[in-house]
Amino acid sequence: MLDVTDLDAYYGLSHILFGVCLRASRGEVVALLGRNGAGKSTTLKAIMGLVPPARGRVIFRGEDITGRPPHVICRKGIGFVPEDRRIFPDLTVWENLEVGRSAEGNGERRWTAERAFELFPALKELARRRGDSLSGGEQQMLAIARTLMGNPDLLLLDEPSEGLAPLVLRTMAEHILRLKLAGITILLSEQNLHFATRVSDRAYILEKGRIQYEGSMGDLGKSREVLRRYLMV
Amino acid sequence: MALLIVQLLTGLANAMFLFLVASGLSLIFGVTRIVNFAHGSFYMLAAYLASTLVTALPLGPSSFYAAVILAPLGVALLGGLIEVCLLRRIYRAPALYQLLLTFAVVLVIGDAVKFFWGTENRTGPSPPGLSGSVPILGQLFPTYDLAILLLGPLFALVLWWMLHRTRWGILIRAATSDREMVGALGVNQTWLFTGVFVLGTWLAGLAGALQMPRVALTTVMDSTVIVETFVVVVLGGMGSAFGALLGAVLIGVLQAFGILWLPREFHLAIVFILMAAVLILRPWGLLGRPEAETPPPGGAVGLGAGRRLRAPGWVWAGGLLLAVVLPPLLPAYYVWVLVEILALALFAASLQLLVGTGGMLSFGHAAYFGLGAYGAALLMKRAALPMPAAFGVAPLVAAAAALLFGAFCVRLSGVYFAMLTLAFAQIAFAIVHQWYDFTGGDNGILGVWPSASLATPVRYYTLALLATALGLGFLWRVTGSPFGYTLRAARDHPRRCQAIGVNLRAHRLLAFGVAGLCAGLGGAIFAFSKGSVFPDYLSMPMSVQSLVMVLIGGIHALTGASVGAAVYKLLDIVITKYTGYWQAVLGGILACLVVAFPHGLVGFVQARWTRMRTSLG
Amino acid sequence: MVETPLLEVRDVWKAFGGVQAVAGVSLTLPRGEVRALIGPNGAGKTTLLNLLTGQLACDGGVVLFKRERISGLPPERIWRRGISRTFQVTATFASLTVLENVQVAILSHQGRSRDLFSRTGRLAREAALDFLKRVGLEDQAENVCASLSFGDLKRLELAIALANEPELLVLDEPTAGMAPQERMDLMALAVTIVRDRAVSVLFTEHDMDVVFAAAERIMVLHQGRVIAEGTPQAVRDDPQVQAIYLGGLA
Ligand SMILES: Nc1ncnc2c1ncn2[C@@H]1O[C@H](COP(=O)(O)OP(=O)(O)OP(=O)(O)O)[C@@H](O)[C@H]1O
Ligand SMILES: Nc1ncnc2c1ncn2[C@@H]1O[C@H](COP(=O)(O)OP(=O)(O)OP(=O)(O)O)[C@@H](O)[C@H]1O
Ligand SMILES: [Mg+2]
Ligand SMILES: [Mg+2]
Repeated sequence: MLDVTDLDAYYGLSHILFGVCLRASRGEVVALLGRNGAGKSTTLKAIMGLVPPARGRVIFRGEDITGRPPHVICRKGIGFVPEDRRIFPDLTVWENLEVGRSAEGNGERRWTAERAFELFPALKELARRRGDSLSGGEQQMLAIARTLMGNPDLLLLDEPSEGLAPLVLRTMAEHILRLKLAGITILLSEQNLHFATRVSDRAYILEKGRIQYEGSMGDLGKSREVLRRYLMV
Repeated sequence: MALLIVQLLTGLANAMFLFLVASGLSLIFGVTRIVNFAHGSFYMLAAYLASTLVTALPLGPSSFYAAVILAPLGVALLGGLIEVCLLRRIYRAPALYQLLLTFAVVLVIGDAVKFFWGTENRTGPSPPGLSGSVPILGQLFPTYDLAILLLGPLFALVLWWMLHRTRWGILIRAATSDREMVGALGVNQTWLFTGVFVLGTWLAGLAGALQMPRVALTTVMDSTVIVETFVVVVLGGMGSAFGALLGAVLIGVLQAFGILWLPREFHLAIVFILMAAVLILRPWGLLGRPEAETPPPGGAVGLGAGRRLRAPGWVWAGGLLLAVVLPPLLPAYYVWVLVEILALALFAASLQLLVGTGGMLSFGHAAYFGLGAYGAALLMKRAALPMPAAFGVAPLVAAAAALLFGAFCVRLSGVYFAMLTLAFAQIAFAIVHQWYDFTGGDNGILGVWPSASLATPVRYYTLALLATALGLGFLWRVTGSPFGYTLRAARDHPRRCQAIGVNLRAHRLLAFGVAGLCAGLGGAIFAFSKGSVFPDYLSMPMSVQSLVMVLIGGIHALTGASVGAAVYKLLDIVITKYTGYWQAVLGGILACLVVAFPHGLVGFVQARWTRMRTSLG
Repeated sequence: MVETPLLEVRDVWKAFGGVQAVAGVSLTLPRGEVRALIGPNGAGKTTLLNLLTGQLACDGGVVLFKRERISGLPPERIWRRGISRTFQVTATFASLTVLENVQVAILSHQGRSRDLFSRTGRLAREAALDFLKRVGLEDQAENVCASLSFGDLKRLELAIALANEPELLVLDEPTAGMAPQERMDLMALAVTIVRDRAVSVLFTEHDMDVVFAAAERIMVLHQGRVIAEGTPQAVRDDPQVQAIYLGGLA
């Protein structure tokens, strides 16, 4: 479904990603792990076209989308939830969802505000409230729901667990698994290993902009050495 | 009584035009963050275009209506072209650069209108079918105005509905706060921007075309309307369609009655007094809400805002050597030009402290330049101070004024801040312009010459050079001081800055005072070099010029302002010498400069320099 | 003699339009205590912290710090009295370098932020580097802050907050977005600083490992009210807290 090869990316003059390769097959949940500043967010942004890749290829469903503008990439079926959430402050919750809505995507998987509220019941009561009046966790739910409204086939989640209460975290994990069952491929960056272990099938570990480890989540759990070396667990 | 009512209705009809223009401006600003000075020019262009179309179209009576429909469309098309060809190239530059580009468009359209239609006033034909009058309480009121009166509220409703009830409107409002995210959600923001710009321009054009039969068309209607429009938008509150309507009604009515009771010169001043009063009481306009204070995502502070680059020593030494050695070899005229450049450089650099370092956009900085000049002239002529003393004390006059006005301004932010500075500048201008007994009114004050020992060009130049060096050195020192760093911190993140114990208002006020002081010194240098002072020194064009100079040079470097001042002044001199259409040429050059150097000249050099150094290792 | 509490909050209220975000919260915080404030998303934690540090004004109630009333004061005055904070959405000065970020804060503490003439470069440099070292950012000192990763920004914010040698440190989700071990380290660091100088800490956090490891007492907020308060063990065992927040975790 997604095939990234040899990706290099810069911010201005600083070289951030060095030959990142990763792939995700249909219906898979893939975790991107790594310490602060490893380049997880940059990888996701480069896939999304928010940071122009300097070298390498991003292939999505067999089509080369490297360096296309973000809105084009989004319309091809990739949804992105940024780590800082970027809720539109002047818009109500409902309007925020409306911005993300897209008419594309086939019938049964089409997302609507109602379906989003089913996923996050807490949002329903907030529907008429302005974005900037939401608490941190509420914003996180809205950010995910908003992206789902575009009916993505591949979801890029940047630290979805951040700032969520334990109870919500648990439901979030269930939601992710449910999205997976619905056939959505998910690539998520995570710091929270518990959470990542619970939801993902495979993992990549990034260190200083390079992929250092690749394997199934089960194997990773067993290799204490890798965990200690790259994730300090 | 009846007269008053008719006057009121006339005021309301005027308000409807203001409203149309204002809603377009506010739409464009809201989404693209462009302070669009060219908005008034589109209005003017549509009015002229319509007046020509009426006679040119072979449609008999209905050609009037055809013209009123076609002219705005033509102008909107032009707006779209400008957006696609010019503005789109520099959306990544710091927000103010688009302002410079729109200013260039103002100059070009202004001259284009003079070229095609001449400078004589024109009047349009009256609208067939609506040319009569209806009696209202025994007074006659034009039918056309009555029709216009109905149009305004209708447009307000439609606009509100469009912004709040349609998907397109929601996207527009979303893009207002975070364009990039809108793109990442699958919306083609490029075309969204173009669409908004075209719609906004069309509204301005529509107002212009509809205005054609009512008023005399003049080549200054662009600047009149743009100023009033900004006032309306700010008065009502940015981004509020009904706010714009309310603001327009207030201004329209105020002017309608002002005509009855006040001398002509006060018409504009009273508008600004009203705006200042409203903004002091309601810092976000009548119906506006506090802007969500989100610092630009991804640190869109722009290049050069961060690491400061030192020009190598030989550049400074060489420059200084030239400045000292060259002038005695030049003809007197050029020495005076150099003096003028020095004064302007200091003036622009003081504005750079506010706009670049402090993030406070000022539209009225000429007030302090002008008050410095007037301070010097008045101290010498009225207080009989010797020239050197007048020269030294004048900047304090400007600084005092800056502290006084600043105390009100620093409570505001963004465009509201800019408009309040403009309001105070216009009020100061009106006072200087009208107080004949003291300031000489528009006759100015003549005979403001340097004292005998300084009267040769080279001697006065030396004084000016010393004073400018002192001023620039002071500004440079301030920029690098703890105060300067804290000022940048306050620009980057006001709330955080408060939470490290900084009193934002006091801090910004001090910056305002420092900037006023240096601008005043520039004004004093200027006054004695010209030998006279005039109200224009405080005028809005002067303020805009200073902003243009800062932007040409680059807003994040102190040297940028000086370079900008020199480039601007030299361009001005050279172009006016060779062509009557100097505005158009200047505008064209400015536009090229912006597109080629979207971070200013000095910003460009700095970026190149960094790149070179890093590639060398 | 009973020691006077460092911070005393009496019955504060705050509503936004129709939303009662904080509804009559009272608390006392002794000197040197590390207190966690937990609760579901939207419980009013951030709002409460904003009331304490002056970003928001209370609708009702008072906040006393060292027995003096601080509610109603602007944030900068509260900071000068010795309460410092970090924000949930990191707040730093994007165009300054990491070092300059801390320098600006220290200079403000020294009352020099209106110094017009000194060169900033060397001022307070050592002290600033020292704070950076403590949060593990010294090798980023010369980088522009806009280029930091999310987790590093959090660290920087902590360094800024330490700059005024606060007596009360208010932290809003200080470790969000960090790796598990780094979270523990950062909180441990905060605790060490507290121990050294008898500083109190009031922090919110959603990571229960961090909360239970660092906090001496925990307060649970729900819909703007305190529903439980006590030692970590007591709070963990509270059935109501389990039901609305922990959900069987820990
Ligand atoms: N806008 C930017 N300009 C310059 N450098 C940047 C920018 N954003 C990030 N960086 C740098 O890129 C590197 C990778 O950052 P990135 O945000 O991808 O890390 P991350 O793995 O997502 O970390 P975190 O877990 O803290 O979010 C970091 O060293 C950071 O300093
Ligand atoms: N400016 C505001 N206007 C309106 N409502 C607001 C505003 N700020 C917060 N609220 C509401 O007040 C409630 C409390 O918000 P607060 O940010 O304090 O929650 P929190 O406990 O910090 O949650 P989280 O753990 O998700 O950060 C929420 O329901 C929120 O939507
Ligand atoms: Mg990240
Ligand atoms: Mg919170």
